[in-house]
Amino acid sequence: MRIYLMITVIALTIYAIRLAPFLFIRKPIKNRFIRSFLFYVPYVTLAVMTFPAILTATGNIVSGLAALLVGLFVAWVWGDLFAVALSCCGAVFLTEWILKLLK
Amino acid sequence: MTSSKWFRKGMKNGIPIAAGYFAVSFALGIAAKNVGMDAIQAGYMSVSMVASAGEFAAIGLIGSAAGILESILTSIVVNMRYFLMSVSLTQKLPEDVRPVHRFLLPFFVTDEIFGLSATVEGKLHPAYTYGIALPSISGWAAGTVLGVVVGNILPAWAGNALGVAMYGMFLAIIIPPAKVDHFIGLLVAASMGLSFLCSVLPYISKIGSGFRIILLTLILSALAAWIKPREVE
Repeated sequence: MRIYLMITVIALTIYAIRLAPFLFIRKPIKNRFIRSFLFYVPYVTLAVMTFPAILTATGNIVSGLAALLVGLFVAWVWGDLFAVALSCCGAVFLTEWILKLLK
Repeated sequence: MTSSKWFRKGMKNGIPIAAGYFAVSFALGIAAKNVGMDAIQAGYMSVSMVASAGEFAAIGLIGSAAGILESILTSIVVNMRYFLMSVSLTQKLPEDVRPVHRFLLPFFVTDEIFGLSATVEGKLHPAYTYGIALPSISGWAAGTVLGVVVGNILPAWAGNALGVAMYGMFLAIIIPPAKVDHFIGLLVAASMGLSFLCSVLPYISKIGSGFRIILLTLILSALAAWIKPREVE
């Protein structure tokens, strides 16, 4: 029972964090600095979360690096979400397969 | 574009998220099992929280039988970046959006779903976000439950390969705009560089990753807005 209580309390906390801005900010923000700031937020957040975390995501820095380079390349020339995600997975699979053969 | 078209477009873009989520939440399920949670509890956790770092923190709290206050405070710090994301999304909503969306949308503010919703051209149609969320959260919940039930069956190579899908998606969101807009490109490169520095420098690397993400986001976005204010629509 205690586990359910803790899960519920934490879940409500997380929801409250996400909900608050939607409740309190109902008008477009006019301030140019804040607007620009908010425009940049997703790019910075996602970049910070991707690197260096992607290097250690596979438990093998070589295949992590391969995923990063292939992902950057495919995102640059093609940009399709599914294609990029899939080619990253493929890069890891291939790299680890080659590493296994070399062992 | 109609609601159903937006919804379908979202579902299509939600598939790679679902694959990435499945891998991550599988690991989450194994961690949950290790602290004595069963499949129903873990499934309930994933569906009610929909947060990666947040759930790993929650499992830690449950495992150590932490108090309620400690659980709330830890969760606030670890999940604070969602606050910023929600603020950003409020500006993407059309002004005449129905009130129900103000309660429903925040539930789906995860790193990935937000990333897609925030970078869509023009205003955000809530149906797009719900479309992304449907496969994503299904994958998230399924992964968690399976992680508890069949924990060690998935071969390592499959887990490793799936694990980078999420990062691939992040790259697909930030790189194409960076290609067109050189300032965004510079910002992305600087963000990655500083993030790397923060993860290796003494003392600074001790800061938890949730806190590091929000600190860097605040500082770098503010710096970028100061250097190059934008005419956003």
